[in-house]
Amino acid sequence: MSAPESTYVIEGSTGPWELVIGLEVHAQVVSKAKLFSGASAEYGAEPNSQVSFVDAAFPGMLPVINRECVAQAVRTGLGLKAEINLVSRFDRKNYFYADLPAGYQISQFAHPIVGKGVIEIELESGAIRPIGVTRLHLEQDAGKSMHDQHPSQSFIDLNRAGVALMEIVSEPDMRTPEEAGAYLRKLRTIMRYLGTCDGNMEEGSMRADVNVSVRKAGEPFRTRCEIKNVNSVRFVMQAIEAEARRQVEIWEAGGEVRQETRLYDPSRGETRSMRSKEDAHDYRYFPDPDLLPLVIEQEWVEELATHLPELPDAKKARFMSQYGLPAYDAGVLVMEQATADFYEAVARGRDGKIAANWMLGDFFAGLNRMGRGIEDSPVSAEGLGGLLDLLADATINGRIAKEVMEAMMETGETAAAIVEARGLRQVTDTGAIDGAVDQVLAANPDKLAEYKAGKEKLFGFFVGQVMKAMAGKGNPALVNEALKRKL
Amino acid sequence: MTLEFTLATARDALRARRISARELTEAHLAAIDALEPELHAFITVTPEQALAQADAADAALGRGEGGPLTGLPVAIKDLFCTKGVRTTAASRILEPFVPPYESTVTANMLRDGAVFLGKTNLDEFAMGSSTTTSAFGATINPWQRRGANTQLVPGGSSGGSAAAVAAGMALASTGTDTGGSIRQPASFCGIVGMKPTYGRCSRFGVVAFASSLDQPGPFARTVEDTAILLGSMAGHDPKDSTSVNRPVPDYAAACRRGVRGLRIGIPREYHSDGMPAEIEALWTQGIAWLREAGAEIVDVSLPHTKYGLATYYIVAPAEASSNLARYDGVRFGLRVPANDLTDLYEETRAAGFGAEVRRRILIGTYVLSAGYYDAYYLKAQKVRALILRDFTDAFERVDALLTPTAPSAAFALGEKNDDPVQMYLNDVFTVPASIAGVPGISVPAGVDGDGLPLGLQVIGRHFDEETVFAVGSVLEQAAEFSAKPAIRMEAGR
Repeated sequence: MSAPESTYVIEGSTGPWELVIGLEVHAQVVSKAKLFSGASAEYGAEPNSQVSFVDAAFPGMLPVINRECVAQAVRTGLGLKAEINLVSRFDRKNYFYADLPAGYQISQFAHPIVGKGVIEIELESGAIRPIGVTRLHLEQDAGKSMHDQHPSQSFIDLNRAGVALMEIVSEPDMRTPEEAGAYLRKLRTIMRYLGTCDGNMEEGSMRADVNVSVRKAGEPFRTRCEIKNVNSVRFVMQAIEAEARRQVEIWEAGGEVRQETRLYDPSRGETRSMRSKEDAHDYRYFPDPDLLPLVIEQEWVEELATHLPELPDAKKARFMSQYGLPAYDAGVLVMEQATADFYEAVARGRDGKIAANWMLGDFFAGLNRMGRGIEDSPVSAEGLGGLLDLLADATINGRIAKEVMEAMMETGETAAAIVEARGLRQVTDTGAIDGAVDQVLAANPDKLAEYKAGKEKLFGFFVGQVMKAMAGKGNPALVNEALKRKL
Repeated sequence: MTLEFTLATARDALRARRISARELTEAHLAAIDALEPELHAFITVTPEQALAQADAADAALGRGEGGPLTGLPVAIKDLFCTKGVRTTAASRILEPFVPPYESTVTANMLRDGAVFLGKTNLDEFAMGSSTTTSAFGATINPWQRRGANTQLVPGGSSGGSAAAVAAGMALASTGTDTGGSIRQPASFCGIVGMKPTYGRCSRFGVVAFASSLDQPGPFARTVEDTAILLGSMAGHDPKDSTSVNRPVPDYAAACRRGVRGLRIGIPREYHSDGMPAEIEALWTQGIAWLREAGAEIVDVSLPHTKYGLATYYIVAPAEASSNLARYDGVRFGLRVPANDLTDLYEETRAAGFGAEVRRRILIGTYVLSAGYYDAYYLKAQKVRALILRDFTDAFERVDALLTPTAPSAAFALGEKNDDPVQMYLNDVFTVPASIAGVPGISVPAGVDGDGLPLGLQVIGRHFDEETVFAVGSVLEQAAEFSAKPAIRMEAGR
């Protein structure tokens, strides 16, 4: 990737330092069953209730690849515009731990199923940057150790043991915490569109290892440190900054950054050492002799490709051209598939820009207020569309529409029902409007005099007073017209 | 009575109702009772289960039903997991382990009506060539040198299975072969042992030693019997990704094919300087028998044979070091209580694994470790590919190969225990076929000067067990091997 035009640097005593960031994301594959056993991969079940003898590595048990997990990896690879390797292989990564039943993790070390790809990220400035994806490979998750259940013993839950993960490794292409955050969010969006990972970082179904180093502009890479298992986008961004500052201090004090694995402590806002390179495991990778090389057919890959959903970049471009939306609005609307679908349902047969404005404005504000998401919105796309229809055919005016929207959010009723029940239909009867105008002019003789004396700013005051007198239901155009006539 | 029957004749007698499965099973249990103190072929005997299975078999036969093995008492190497019956792999670390599942091979045999007498002894985790590394004591070969009562080893690792069949404690048995663990004990015990093509029998439920080499197979006293038993054991298993989806042919019928028109290769590299003259002579005799039966004898070369053992003793321990990591005291088997996780591992594994298993875990860990991987494991994989090519090249010219099974007859207990390399050399003729994954059979063909049995090995193409059985049968008929072991069960004993 080309060098970025980054303005983000850490100012040290010896001058500015640039950051070099790469991410390894572990994404739990959405599938009914685990990668190599028929056990359920569902989250949140009773401990050790979803464990087969294969998962618990009983003697004589053998892994059998779950084809759906392979399909999910291929779909993700296609979504990252990556090379799909028709032949890949599983290796064993050997280490001892109580929640790793076999004493090895089955992982694609030497021959991953997905090769080089790219993720385009959009920055706050509106700039688009491509971030290289080095590879994506399939591997098993380990179980979970619980150290707080008993005073002297650890408990092990193997429900997660054997669940399929995709490890997605980026190139060291990112230069700012913002870029790392944008990369993670974009990757999550793509996987959620594809239905290959739910991207839920709180539940641990998406976790990130962050590689950070610093350098002076134009230098080759310096030693990096890896920050393990960061579990939110915000913490990833904080961890990068904290780690970069730590490294700058070391270099500037004449020291040497040592390659090591570190952990981020969000409560203290700092990273601390987990293990040094010298203590690193020798994983003794070798091809798993229980599994044949994973061979997939080009036709199958193409078949999967034809059934991929429209992905966020393509959808954004289409929203801009089809509905005339600005890039920013389109970008927000495509962030989640559900939002984009909702928008399209609202915009269908209506003015796309008005639909977008309402969704991004009052509708989202209402959801935020209620602490709800688009999935459990009290107002359906059809409901919001109904409101926009009343606005379009001048049954209500914009001000009333805001009020109706609020009522819809609270009651879940349709716009038409609310307008009818509350008598919010806008008044277009010129007689009634004229009456209200006369009443306002008569009640404000001093303001009228000032206006006539040339203080034309007061026109707005009169509009407001008339609308107020009409409980907001006056047709704004007709009110303006009547006022102009009478003034 | 137990040695009078073969699997085939017992089957026929059962079907004709000349004998009941209960009688046959009781006779074999009596043989086990009588001989087990001397031979120690079994780790676990299951008389109640055997008699219940026999009664069920009699009931089925009475209804005119029954499968290929109905009512036939057989023994199972204690490496196959058997549901509800302790399965130890001859290791302390699995001493208390009772599997809640059945291996596919034994499930296939139960499907076909077999009666399981018990679980036979083996080298711990199938690592050995003598059945002396078992945590539960060595198995003794039923054969003895003429005029001597020195205890001999039955070979290994499937020594218990071989000894049980040789002595008449079972009509047939299962073994597993990783580098010769069926063929070499068959040779030492004067019976037939067959290692099928890698992938022919499922490894599901078989305690793993070296996954890319392990292959279950049958022992019996005749070639036809091993063919019958393999017919039940074999078949595709979706639970084993390395098992192959091909139909199982009629192996017993293949035994009657003869060798007329077949080309039999004699690999010149199997002639070694140290080979005993009796074995060289037996091999020459075997060649003559096949020629007389109508086969064409062809001199072939397997140039990488000399690297076979070295390759094997890198690949097998490498896989074993990883396969045996699961015995950690956490979920099943032995656990030595300790204060922290590292101590739990160290104390459990130190108490649970014997010296040979520990040695192989260390070798395997070493050859896979950073800095040594390329020089050992990776190089061994490259040589493995060359050894495979030796065989595929040879099989373009010939239909099968004939070699001795082992470089010696059974040796005495304790004789080769000091030097592991001496022990490893036992596998020199059997390891190459394991590395290549091709099928091989050992057929008893003669005796040495001490009256101990010697086997000849027939090796065939991938998934061409039929030719192997055909050639083995011809050798069997020509050899007319009729010597009997010193310790055995026969009518009147």
